[in-house]
Amino acid sequence: MTKDDCKKLVIDIISDIAPDEDLTAIKPEIKLRDQLQLDSMDFLDIVMELRKRHGIEVPEADYSHLASLESCAEYLTPKFATKA
Amino acid sequence: MAYDWLKGIEDHYDIVVIGSGLGGLTGANVLAKCGHKVLLLEHHYQLGGLATWFTRKGGHIFDISLHGFPIGMIKSIRKYWSQDIANSIVQLKGVRFINPQFSIDTTFDREDFTRQLVEKFQVPAETVERFFTDLRAMNFYDNSQETTGQMFARYFPGRDDVQRLLMEPIAYANGSTLDDPAITFGIVFSNFMSKGVYTFQGGSDVLIKKMGVELKTNGVEVRKHVVVEKVLTEERDGRKQVTGVVANGRTIRCDVVLSNANIKNTVLRLAGEESFTPEFVAQAKAIRVNTSSCQVYLGIRKGETLPHIGDLVFTSEEPVFSSEKLVDLHTTSRTFSMYYPDTRPGTDRYTVVVSINAKYDDWNNLNEEQYATEKQRLIDESIAALEKYIPDVRGKIEWQEAATPRTIERYTRHWAGTSFGTKFEGLKVSMDLPAQLPGLYHAGSVGIIMSGWLGTINYGVIVANQIDKALAAKKRAAPAQPANA
Repeated sequence: MTKDDCKKLVIDIISDIAPDEDLTAIKPEIKLRDQLQLDSMDFLDIVMELRKRHGIEVPEADYSHLASLESCAEYLTPKFATKA
Repeated sequence: MAYDWLKGIEDHYDIVVIGSGLGGLTGANVLAKCGHKVLLLEHHYQLGGLATWFTRKGGHIFDISLHGFPIGMIKSIRKYWSQDIANSIVQLKGVRFINPQFSIDTTFDREDFTRQLVEKFQVPAETVERFFTDLRAMNFYDNSQETTGQMFARYFPGRDDVQRLLMEPIAYANGSTLDDPAITFGIVFSNFMSKGVYTFQGGSDVLIKKMGVELKTNGVEVRKHVVVEKVLTEERDGRKQVTGVVANGRTIRCDVVLSNANIKNTVLRLAGEESFTPEFVAQAKAIRVNTSSCQVYLGIRKGETLPHIGDLVFTSEEPVFSSEKLVDLHTTSRTFSMYYPDTRPGTDRYTVVVSINAKYDDWNNLNEEQYATEKQRLIDESIAALEKYIPDVRGKIEWQEAATPRTIERYTRHWAGTSFGTKFEGLKVSMDLPAQLPGLYHAGSVGIIMSGWLGTINYGVIVANQIDKALAAKKRAAPAQPANA
């Protein structure tokens, strides 16, 4: 899985959590919270969906890695690789 | 022989949920959607906990909970329940305050409160702006010792009128006082201020029935009339852990118990002191439960109408706000929740629910005769107070009835009949529970912030995530079962 594939999977999850948001213009380096109306419950939902859909566990201490699309890809891509 | 309310259930579930308040309902729904086998047990004949309703002769339907929550409910209901249910959430625009210090109409949001504070209360705009911004930045894990009263004194020194405007509605919403941590006020108040007060159009009956349908669709086994008497534990690998529950005298095995009972009931009665260290038991015993509420239900005769006097009307005859006076047996502070026909579209009925904060001990110490007398006094005083705004209301009332902290104790089994969960320290005990007794989780009204409709729904999801995480780890660790063992 490439980092771009990983970003796409994260965007898939966000589009279900926040269906009213326009996700076509997300800037990967900018914090998701600064571009979208996401609160701490939404980030918890991302964690739950990663577990449900992809069997990936994000420990609480690592939640900060989910801040931007770029940091998500950086952190999650190796996790997808280990799983495969 | 009595009917077996557990007829046909299985011997083992992944999760047994005790109680069907909004936290238990939401936790059960989220866990079922994660693929777990869930059994939800409710002692009452109706789901909802305090988010409930009752009907009376003459076509009257009365909602129990104060019918206002922040806009965040729309998102939470959509994500954890359904878009269909979320579509029924509408704004309550008519919030009124009437007391000896001021009389105002407001939409109860930041914009309107800023305008009122600056124009009517003559507070400098810069102070109001700073207050809202600072509150917005508060987090529940902030380690500040400041109380709400101290915080008000910092921003609005000597202004007990401003203090009243800010504190009185939140005291009705969650039972908090000027002596509770400032963050408990800040978080709840900021949630409301973001966009105002919302309610569920159709009433609590429609909401809870829709949730019941959703639970069934997602595979949750729901049983009412079932009292959980005990959480069962066994020692495995030198450690006690949860193995099931005893409910209506029957043993049901499970890996996880999610208790939506009061935290003190959960630790001290359901699991029992023997399941914990003496230190943890001491912490649980030290949790202060919050105060409670009385309500007076007034059903208007079919064919009669009421004028629109606002949706939520906060009234008081007290000269200034005081947390003690608010819960006094003879308080003159009341909130009128006005239900016009558009609350339940398709009907032409009006009801009024009067909420009054109260202390359990004041009501629990009365003998039966005194209890009946005090309830009647509560009804009489409420009608007299309502006559100030609707002079001819008395003749239109067909049904009148009062509930007290004793009523709440009976129907929810809450420790000391609390309607507002626990003080702040309850949150830590609730969150520490699974580390103390593996397999036991709690999601109920605790710590003031995890309280109210939105707080308890979100807390149900937070705890469901922890359970899902633990069960997923367990599945990964377990060796694969042979297909036909």
